[in-house]
Amino acid sequence: MDLILFLITAAVALIGAVAMLLVRNAIHSALFLLLNFGAIAVLFLLLQSPFLFTIQLTVYAGAIMVLFLFVVMLLGAERIEDSTDRIAWQRPLSLLLGLALLVMTVVGALRGGAGAMPPSGEATASFGDPATLGALLFTRYLLPFEITGVILLIAVIGVVVLNQRGRHTAVTKPPVGD
Amino acid sequence: MVPTSYYILLSAALFMIGVLGVLVRRNALVVFMSVELMLNAANLALVAFARQRLSVDGQVIVFFVITVAAAEVAVGLALLVSIFKSKQTADIDEVSSLKG
Repeated sequence: MDLILFLITAAVALIGAVAMLLVRNAIHSALFLLLNFGAIAVLFLLLQSPFLFTIQLTVYAGAIMVLFLFVVMLLGAERIEDSTDRIAWQRPLSLLLGLALLVMTVVGALRGGAGAMPPSGEATASFGDPATLGALLFTRYLLPFEITGVILLIAVIGVVVLNQRGRHTAVTKPPVGD
Repeated sequence: MVPTSYYILLSAALFMIGVLGVLVRRNALVVFMSVELMLNAANLALVAFARQRLSVDGQVIVFFVITVAAAEVAVGLALLVSIFKSKQTADIDEVSSLKG
């Protein structure tokens, strides 16, 4: 049963990712990426991580994708790739390099002994429940947790500074008195 | 049960698609989405190994990755809007002022 669920969800995730790569319209790209994020959230649930399932849906599928869609529509940047590619020889080369990377990661993963079945039964009873995760966050990972707070603060300040009104015009304005 | 290697293979495939997106597409927003896809592929591998070893630490790391990704998206999109304001394009081939 788990295997069937996994295969269906993995197929959805792959279809979403490939379609994101292939469609020309950036809005459609964002929506296919949303499909992919949803499928990955379901995979988190299959891996007994209900907390990450919720976080994935709210932060990724919710906040981040809304931000993406908002910016695409704000800029009107849906179809800016219709002009001809000036460095077209890069495309086959990147396909080749991408396939080489896939082969390397697959070989590396399979040689690393990832083929074993995950343990099940009694040991998994309290695995991945939000209380365990929260306790770890506030004990062993307290310092990284506080650092993420600082990172979020810096992100907020950075966004405000980057989009200050009149910042660009102030630089190009000639000095007064000329 | 599903063997961990299946998840790792899916994660590798998703990561490869993300790399191809960064290399092939020219719309800066789609390139950015591909970076998000790669982060997600790495998260999937982390969660799969956390399940394999029954260690919650992997899930905590994914939590941090998602937080940092959210901050990164906010700053990156602000940069893109800023570039669009001055260059009137989001095509990464057009933004080449630093090219020697």
